[in-house]
Amino acid sequence: MNGNEVLDVERIRKDFPILERVINGHPLVYLDSAATSQKPRQVIDAVSDFYSHHNANAHRGIYTLGEESTEAFEGARAKIAAFVGATDPRTFVFTRGTTESINLVAQGWGRKFLKEGDEVLLTDMEHHSNIVPWQLTAQVTGAVLRYIPLTDDGQLDLSDLGSLLNERTKVLGVSGMSNALGTITPLGHLIEAAHAVGAVVVVDAAQLVPHHRISVLELDCDFLAFSGHKMLGPTASGGLYAKAEHLEAMDPMFGGGEMIHEVFHDHSTWKAIPHKFEAGTMQIAQQVGLGAAVDYLEALGMDAVRAHEEEITRYALDRLLSVDATVYGPKDAAARGGAVSFWYRDVHPHDLATVLDAEGVAIRAGHHCAQLVMRRFDTPATARASFYVYNTRDEVDVLVEALAKAERFFAH
Amino acid sequence: MALDDIYKETILDHYKNPRNKRELPGAVVTCTRNNPLCGDEITVSANLEDGNLLEVTFQGAGCSISQSSASMMTESVGGKPIEDAMALAADVRGMLAGEVDPDEDAFGDLVALKGVVKYPIRIKCAVLAWDVLQEAVSGGGAARGAAAH
Repeated sequence: MNGNEVLDVERIRKDFPILERVINGHPLVYLDSAATSQKPRQVIDAVSDFYSHHNANAHRGIYTLGEESTEAFEGARAKIAAFVGATDPRTFVFTRGTTESINLVAQGWGRKFLKEGDEVLLTDMEHHSNIVPWQLTAQVTGAVLRYIPLTDDGQLDLSDLGSLLNERTKVLGVSGMSNALGTITPLGHLIEAAHAVGAVVVVDAAQLVPHHRISVLELDCDFLAFSGHKMLGPTASGGLYAKAEHLEAMDPMFGGGEMIHEVFHDHSTWKAIPHKFEAGTMQIAQQVGLGAAVDYLEALGMDAVRAHEEEITRYALDRLLSVDATVYGPKDAAARGGAVSFWYRDVHPHDLATVLDAEGVAIRAGHHCAQLVMRRFDTPATARASFYVYNTRDEVDVLVEALAKAERFFAH
Repeated sequence: MALDDIYKETILDHYKNPRNKRELPGAVVTCTRNNPLCGDEITVSANLEDGNLLEVTFQGAGCSISQSSASMMTESVGGKPIEDAMALAADVRGMLAGEVDPDEDAFGDLVALKGVVKYPIRIKCAVLAWDVLQEAVSGGGAARGAAAH
């Protein structure tokens, strides 16, 4: 693997032990990477190697293992930060992933700086993790939540952006790629427009970072949250990029060991960023595993990763539309990512998921933590197939053939 | 895991040809509940008299398990004393929890739901109609036409 334009998917598949699983008598066809990706041997080995040879608490022990652990943990930080284009590792805070990262911004920044009547502008395609933290903060601060609506093809409707973004807007929270619709949003334009009215921009990049080369410095976003487990890394890995000035100004969300400089009876002082946000023993092995996942993705080349996603998404859209599935979100693979939500004829997504499981095919069925999207398109749920570096056209074919089986089963 | 473990003929029959799926004009109790996780929604309406359920109907949309369970329920509780219907509801829940071995005579078509035990995430679908019925007769949604979420 040397960053070729095209992924050698057959070779990649050999790195993923779980793809050898047989499910209900069929080879596993895993089409739920938007929920969580599978993990290559290289990542599993990195976690195992850490526990087998280097385990100790980080930033504490005055002994060899403690130093090794700290070095592995901080090495992972620099690597992961660089992966999203952050040149200063101090601007990357480790968290359990996107949800914790956005909560950290909504509490640490939002509760300190938002006042009654200030506006937080979100979008109707946000995952609940970029809505609920702001609702909690709005309850405390009196800030008002507003939403950018969606067009019928699942794009942000920016026709009224001029009034939605105004002098009261203090935060724009926006997904880089919708987990429910696949839509890739025009981040550059939105960030520029938000900065023009003095708002900070929080990007939910949970779906974007696994598939796209991004640079937080070029984007000039204020905050960017992502999850390691959706990009080949372990669960509870990932973090928050934030401009240093925001991290300096924010309050910590968690207090406790290791985040303090000095503790007195009535107050404490904080460590320098990013450590003031990292209370207690952190998920050291997981973040080290995410470092290995970043190495793996860099070796594939993110341009090739995106090209593969686009190619297989285009194929899946063609196949699904050809069998009269209703596809939600953009139909142009170039304008979207590889999370494809659909409804197949009269088969309820839950029934579809159960029938597909009997064929070894794993898809997601439900509201995808995006109930605003479901309501906008007047559907209680959708089925969703999502793709990553290990998925093949053959697997799309298995999916489509299984759809026909489901329909025969449930046809009225 | 074979598909006919869960999708018994009886279930598919009730899904494709639901019984008592209609409005019940002038119903004494009506209650609507949904399961936001999957978007299943069920309204149960019933007429009561002297502690007995008379007619029981349902309306709604959702997966085959939620809709067939509702259909079977209306058939099995219609005309029964409320007390018996609630006892059956408890037994159905027990069966779906794997704790009650159904009495085939008392259960009738409902035995078909037994296979849902193997699909833990679908148990909520099967139980929804029974929750709505219980809520309706216990007064939770008793005000005529009340729809709560």
